[in-house]
Amino acid sequence: MTPVSTATVEDRKQITAPTRFWDRQRRLGAGLVLIGLIATAFFGPLAPSETARFTLSEDAAGAALSINGQLGAILFGLVTVAAGAVLLAGWARRHQTAVLSVGILCFVLSFLCWQVAGDFLPLVDMAGGTLEVAVPLVLGALAGVLGERSGVVNVAIEGQFLMGAFGAALVGTMATSVWLGLFSAAIGGVLIAAILAVLAIRYLVDQVVVGIVLNLLALGITGFLYERLMQTDAQAYNQPPRMPEWRIPGLADIPVVGPVLFDTNLLVWLALILVFAIHFGLTRTRWGLRTRAVGEHPTAADTVGIRVRGLRYVNVLVGGLIAGAGGAYFTLVSTGSFNKNMTAGAGFIALAALIFGRWTPFGALGAALFFGFTQKLATHLSVAGSSVPSQFLNMLPYLATIVAVAGLVGRVRAPAADGQPYIKS
Amino acid sequence: MTTEEPAAAAEEREKTAAEREPAAIAAKQEPGDGDSFLSHFLRNLWSANTVTVTVLSVVIAMVIGAILIVVSDPAVLDTFAYFTARPADALNASWTAVSNAYADLFKGAIVDPAAVTAWADGTGTWQQVLFPISETLTYAAPLVFTGLSVALAFRGGLFNIGGQGQAILGTICAALAGFLLPLPPVIHLIAALLAGVLGGALWGFVPGILKARTGAHEVIVTIMLNYTANLFLSWLILQKGIQQAGRSDAISEPVDSSAQLPAIGGELRVNLGIVLAVLTTAGVAWLLNRSAFGFELRAVGANPAAAKTAGISVARTYTLLMVAAGGLAGLGGATQVLGTAHALTTQVVGNIGFDGLLVALLGRNRPWGTLLAAILFGALRAGGNRMQSFSGISVELVTVLQALIVIFIAAPALVKAIFHLRAARSARLGASMAKGW
Repeated sequence: MTPVSTATVEDRKQITAPTRFWDRQRRLGAGLVLIGLIATAFFGPLAPSETARFTLSEDAAGAALSINGQLGAILFGLVTVAAGAVLLAGWARRHQTAVLSVGILCFVLSFLCWQVAGDFLPLVDMAGGTLEVAVPLVLGALAGVLGERSGVVNVAIEGQFLMGAFGAALVGTMATSVWLGLFSAAIGGVLIAAILAVLAIRYLVDQVVVGIVLNLLALGITGFLYERLMQTDAQAYNQPPRMPEWRIPGLADIPVVGPVLFDTNLLVWLALILVFAIHFGLTRTRWGLRTRAVGEHPTAADTVGIRVRGLRYVNVLVGGLIAGAGGAYFTLVSTGSFNKNMTAGAGFIALAALIFGRWTPFGALGAALFFGFTQKLATHLSVAGSSVPSQFLNMLPYLATIVAVAGLVGRVRAPAADGQPYIKS
Repeated sequence: MTTEEPAAAAEEREKTAAEREPAAIAAKQEPGDGDSFLSHFLRNLWSANTVTVTVLSVVIAMVIGAILIVVSDPAVLDTFAYFTARPADALNASWTAVSNAYADLFKGAIVDPAAVTAWADGTGTWQQVLFPISETLTYAAPLVFTGLSVALAFRGGLFNIGGQGQAILGTICAALAGFLLPLPPVIHLIAALLAGVLGGALWGFVPGILKARTGAHEVIVTIMLNYTANLFLSWLILQKGIQQAGRSDAISEPVDSSAQLPAIGGELRVNLGIVLAVLTTAGVAWLLNRSAFGFELRAVGANPAAAKTAGISVARTYTLLMVAAGGLAGLGGATQVLGTAHALTTQVVGNIGFDGLLVALLGRNRPWGTLLAAILFGALRAGGNRMQSFSGISVELVTVLQALIVIFIAAPALVKAIFHLRAARSARLGASMAKGW
């Protein structure tokens, strides 16, 4: 018999992880103080001392929130500094996210005060435009969420968008039906998704490689058919009917939110409903639990009887449906006709939104709205003749994503088995 | 080895053998006593080796391309409407459309027989005979560099999707050096090329250092940097001193003639870029296979943990590797602007970054393979231009063909299944390096 150890609990040193001074909150705080100082020191003095009007309508008319541009820029800059100081001091640890949001919001407001001083910014127009850019991004990012949470990397969102946009324009025109157009857009997305799924799951090809090549394939096929069919006879092939806008009486009369959310088309609602549905599905249903299990530890999932490959197929194909519908937005809502490479990198911004949103539906929605806002703002400011080049504002989504993955502001972490084919042994 | 056994049984045995160890396959495929060299050769020819899979991939891609040509031609489709009544009409029309297109593809890429006879008769010039080859090599040169960039990074276990962005930075720096620096002829060209390398290396350094320091996945970072570079270029072109004087559209000042890559001249656009490309291929081959750094990067690519244990600094290797890869892609961009474009536009880089990715995959991530693949892609592009102007088939078909070829190359098991190929003796196909984010 081995002697019972006589060591008591007291003998063992309590080992705790050393708490570093520069933890995440303090780094965030330092960052906020820095950008707040930039806002105060640059945006303020640069802003003309004129009134900045934020109108609650689609143009200069109507009620508005007004503030002196210079005063606003400095004031909001100081609030950002204060928020940063709170984080830096190590206070309010429980409300870290809230304080951070306030800080970033005030930095944006400071920037806006500088830019809008002596002019006006129509808030309804901005909100509508933000949503217009964001809706396809949300749909694309949701397709990515479905695939990647179950372990299949989807870099082919761009290709699914293109096929969706093309399918919607072609079939929508030939059948003169928006709904058939939308349906075939989803089918177009599924086509690309199916190739991705078969090559990635069945033939174990590197998923990033497949995704990139599929983007080129979609670009080639849609470009080829566009030049052969649509350019020669646009009347017959490239004039799809536009998606109708539905107005919900009552709700549509709410200021700002009403006209944006309740006087709009089906795809906007579809995107928002899907965000809730997929969030609920992932966190509260059996399918969601299985999807997450397959994405994090497929071997374990297989051991308890989950069909890993089958679930991956289903998720990638449903993702294709969603991304294809997102592609329809470009032709049936935004422009009304297909054009070669018309998505112009939107699929990659959707990918950025997916990553920036930490592979969650609501994160993706938030990221897409943020990216949509920067794009809309860039367009608005370049039309208004701003001194800030629109290209730099348009870089924001990409730079923000790099900052996020580099862990400069909290690390984003992909599902553990994302991109790894499952080989049943 | 008996040849009388039923085909099905032979195939069955083939399959079970393939599922066993490679050694078993190798032993089984050793030439038997009664085998002639020819039968041995044929047996290996119809197996899933690199050459066969590549050739068959091209064949399948061309077949799918042919289908696209037919279904996108309303006149040909009309003949299919009465297919049951007169099938010959439909088949003839389809054959004419497809064969004309592919004949033009060949004539535009390699040689046009009409030009050769004209030259022999004395009615044409030798330049017209060499024109297709010149175009092929012109399109191939930048692809060699971007392809090598991807291949080099691949061998070190990194997936450089940022070739596009690095090439854009390369064109920007090379062009700026090309029209801003007042230098004498040869030195000016060298300075501009070096500027291109530096620009690309800088853009490669960012994902490299982020990967080394923070573990940020290089695929995500490089994708994002591609678009950042693109936006930066479109802003830069419109700035004072960069934009061409007297122009309102997005085009920069032209590169000084002292900084341009010398070309043969006349119709023949082929320039020093392709020579540089071959030299660089040799350089990369040496770096990979003969240098200490090449050994380190291959070790890190094969197994980072083991390399670390052996005393190789993984972080340093990742950073240097991305800098080198970025420099190569930047050089590709530089040859594009100094060799053919001669001025910055928003589209100056074209798609060479992403095409480089396909080229590297097609070349199996080996330097000389990449060179050959780049020439094939250059040929497709050159032929595609002729196809567009002579047969009216959009050059986009070439993009489809290229993507399809690489899809089949990347999935050799698919090609093997379609053609019932035997398992190859040396089955080093489709390096499965799937590792996700």
